[in-house]
Amino acid sequence: MIINGVTIDATFAEAFPMKATRAIITAQNEKWAMISAQAMTGFATSVIACGCEAGIERVLEPSETPDGRPGVSIMIFAMGGKGLAKQLETRAGQCVLTSPTSALFAGIDGGTRIALGKNLRYFGDGFQVSKLIDGKRYWRIPVMDGEFLTEATTAQVDAVGGGNFLVLAESQPQALAACEAAIEEMRKIPNVIMPFPGGVVRSGSKVGSKYASLGASTNDAFCPTLKGMTQTDLSPEIESVMEIVIDGLSKEDIDKAMRVGIQAVCDLGATAGIKRISAGNYGGKLGPFHFHLQEIMA
Amino acid sequence: MSALTFTLKHRPDQRVDMSPLVCQKLADLEFAEIAALTLQNGKRKVRVDELFGMAGSDTQNIVIKNSFNKLDFIGKELEGGRITVEGDAGAYLGLGMKSGEITVSGDVGLYAACEMKKGFLSINGNAGDFLGAALPGNKMGMKGGTILVKGNVGERAGDHMRRGNILIEGNAGDYCGSRMTAGTIAVMGQTGRYLGFAMRRGTLLLWNPPLASARFNDCGAHTLAFLPILFTSFKKLNSKFAEGSASFNRVQRYAGDMSEMGRGEVLVRIS
Repeated sequence: MIINGVTIDATFAEAFPMKATRAIITAQNEKWAMISAQAMTGFATSVIACGCEAGIERVLEPSETPDGRPGVSIMIFAMGGKGLAKQLETRAGQCVLTSPTSALFAGIDGGTRIALGKNLRYFGDGFQVSKLIDGKRYWRIPVMDGEFLTEATTAQVDAVGGGNFLVLAESQPQALAACEAAIEEMRKIPNVIMPFPGGVVRSGSKVGSKYASLGASTNDAFCPTLKGMTQTDLSPEIESVMEIVIDGLSKEDIDKAMRVGIQAVCDLGATAGIKRISAGNYGGKLGPFHFHLQEIMA
Repeated sequence: MSALTFTLKHRPDQRVDMSPLVCQKLADLEFAEIAALTLQNGKRKVRVDELFGMAGSDTQNIVIKNSFNKLDFIGKELEGGRITVEGDAGAYLGLGMKSGEITVSGDVGLYAACEMKKGFLSINGNAGDFLGAALPGNKMGMKGGTILVKGNVGERAGDHMRRGNILIEGNAGDYCGSRMTAGTIAVMGQTGRYLGFAMRRGTLLLWNPPLASARFNDCGAHTLAFLPILFTSFKKLNSKFAEGSASFNRVQRYAGDMSEMGRGEVLVRIS
């Protein structure tokens, strides 16, 4: 398949089941809601070392938030429910409770309930106040700027992590420009996050390593500097490869995000130095969810 | 299916225990069986159809017409369904109510919604003393649900209240919120003496400044983030509480009762 001169490989991306949650952070203005959200989703690019993958889903209008203030919706993904709950609580405590004027609410219903502010209440040292409003429990925790309002719990739901595609370009700036265009479009899709820095990862990995202690290592088949040294997957004109990783609440959500992302890359086309779109295919070893690129773009 | 309607034929001299006529108890009964039920009337037991004219068949939607202030225990331990009272109601309206909805067009007597657990109770007129309170000797009053009173309420509203909302459009009598353990009482009108007497936790939300009390300490003026959420939850009510002009988030906060554990609060609107 070729779109605007860009070859779409007959391959698939592999993804795996995860647990996910969503929270809404509000503040006096969008600036401070975003600061808190960025802190909460920081150092959360990959479950390999961060414990979770997290990202900002979108900015919310005051009319969309529970307390009528500007807000930001964030999502956190982890391999298991226990890990997710721990990450959520730690991050809420260190990044939202501490952030001026912030408030924290559940962003998703159903599923299993996990603690959001339920245990942060103990920071109130006995001065915390509980309010049960319309069946939802809130905690008002006295803090130095007034009160930190948080919902007690949010939901944990089944999700999919690790959807991806690779952008193969003639130069590094062209690969990056294409990824930026893709991310801009993908951020408009609900229920997904692209957890890597700016949504783009340049150090794609393969499963396994020559070092026994490592479960993953550099994806040498896509490293342009190794073209003459390894079983390369790159043609001579490819000088740079970048990857976009997507976590979503469902396979369909990731499908949608991949479609608009790949389309945005293809819109730049071969004249912008984009030669191929491929995907992290590990021969079925990584996970049960398969995203066939050509089917998605059909 | 039309509402099961009980129309009072005459006003008995003695009080009537209406507790058998709740939706869940009538659900599996035939019309004739309901008519043959007996109600305690003073020392006597009287058949339902002796006191009431009956019509309709929907046992989950009960209407009591010509009601007056000696019909006690209406909606006792109601568990689902709706009861509409046209007229006044006696004491113990909605006692221990578990879910469902009760609406009264007139006034209600003592102990309305006392020890209520869940559901919605709307009173268009006034309510007597001990609204949403605990029965004498008991330690736990209302544990959940919402009570809306469009008129005034008597003394000790929310005594020993544990959870839920009591919304009063009119005035509240003395000892409003006394011995509260938690929950919210909102009063748009005036409050009486000894507001929040011995309250431990909970919120008294006032539109007008209360009488000064040495048992509450001033914590200053604040903009509280939970208030917009609380007012949003009132939007579905047919009440002044649902009006946009009723909501506010800037309050003077008083903590008390300091002679008790002092974790309660009186929030007074700053206009």
